[in-house]
Amino acid sequence: MDWRDEGVLLAVRKHGESAAIIEVFTPSRGRHAGVVRGGAGRRMAPVLQPGAQLDVAWRARLEDHLGAYTVEPLQGRAAEVMGDPLALAGLTAVCSLLTFCLPEREPHPELYARSIALLDALGAAQWGYAYLRWELALLDEMGFGLDLSACAVTGKNDDLAYISPRTGRAVTRTGAGDWADRLLPLPASLLGRSDAGAEDVLSGLSVTGHFLSGHLARALGEKPLPAARQRFVDRLARGQTRP
Amino acid sequence: MAGGTEDIEALIDIMAKLPGLGPRSARRAVLHLIKKRALLMQPLADAMTQVAATARECLTCGNIGTSDTCSICSDSERANGQICVVEDVADLWAMERGHAFKGRYHVLGGTLSALDDVGPEELRIPKLLDRIRSDGISEIILALNATVDGQTTAHYIAGELEGSGVTVSSLAQGVPVGGELDYLDDGTISAALRARKAF
Repeated sequence: MDWRDEGVLLAVRKHGESAAIIEVFTPSRGRHAGVVRGGAGRRMAPVLQPGAQLDVAWRARLEDHLGAYTVEPLQGRAAEVMGDPLALAGLTAVCSLLTFCLPEREPHPELYARSIALLDALGAAQWGYAYLRWELALLDEMGFGLDLSACAVTGKNDDLAYISPRTGRAVTRTGAGDWADRLLPLPASLLGRSDAGAEDVLSGLSVTGHFLSGHLARALGEKPLPAARQRFVDRLARGQTRP
Repeated sequence: MAGGTEDIEALIDIMAKLPGLGPRSARRAVLHLIKKRALLMQPLADAMTQVAATARECLTCGNIGTSDTCSICSDSERANGQICVVEDVADLWAMERGHAFKGRYHVLGGTLSALDDVGPEELRIPKLLDRIRSDGISEIILALNATVDGQTTAHYIAGELEGSGVTVSSLAQGVPVGGELDYLDDGTISAALRARKAF
């Protein structure tokens, strides 16, 4: 069994003294692990940093074996953002969420394309908004997508102001009625307003956080969300409150 | 191996677990020790017994020594208001090899890691913040690895110290001594270019 593809490095774990087990997100194979001989060595350390774009060749005797990778670097991302705490926190949040959410060896080509676009824009203005849209796409791809097209009660699509914490469907102000205090506020950033401010993006992340931890993580066996996501949100909030 | 050598086999098995050694090299090392029993094996056994009984973590910085306060923390000449923060004792020893730093250290015992679910509470970060408050520290030098986890930890500590009045610096990143540009990875070259200085 062997194949070759490109992918983004999600995680590296030392294996023995000199090898490493890496997890790579590829467009055609999804999240796929494998051993890199010499991956823990000095020569490979700069290459095997999370977020790196790699050309990978995987080989194993049987398909269900862990298998071994040979890797060639295409584009490093970590070194570019190491001096920028927000971008670094964003990179870690993306990689750890993908590691957390994606089932092994299941292709998600659309999510892959969106993840690459997001990582390529690391550190850009409005990156927080792009990250929020990516989390929405992640939820959608994992089967927990939000339906913000029309009100779940009235069917109208103007004056959408809330979102149901249970179903993820939007609700208008009139449709909410007395139930408003039980619903999550629906920030403009979730409705696709790219000019939404940082505070609005943070409100959006609070909503996606609810569905990531309360629905997706629960479905994955009550595992807590990776702390890296919260560190990114905290960093974004700190940037917002800094004078 | 011939019978009646269980003790030697057990020693080989233990030696084979040491970093850098496998079963074959452990066998060679044990054979060498047996041949030099008086000269090497007995002193080694004595030294190991002694260190096993006395080695402990410094209660202040996390360095490994033979008393509750290591030689660096008990040296009053090193109380210059600077603390160099390192990930591991091996990093502290590497810094000491260079004889370039004359202050004190703080060993975190790891880095924040999303993969291994290591948070600030699992590291010695709260202890570092206590030291800064109580010891009149003026500068923190973050000597953490230039990896995603290392730099995430560095930014976390810098964030915790924001507004405390303590100067936070970090080691420079760039071309190593003896390094040839042709052999450097792209990330190191771009980091070196960003950190260029007047010549």
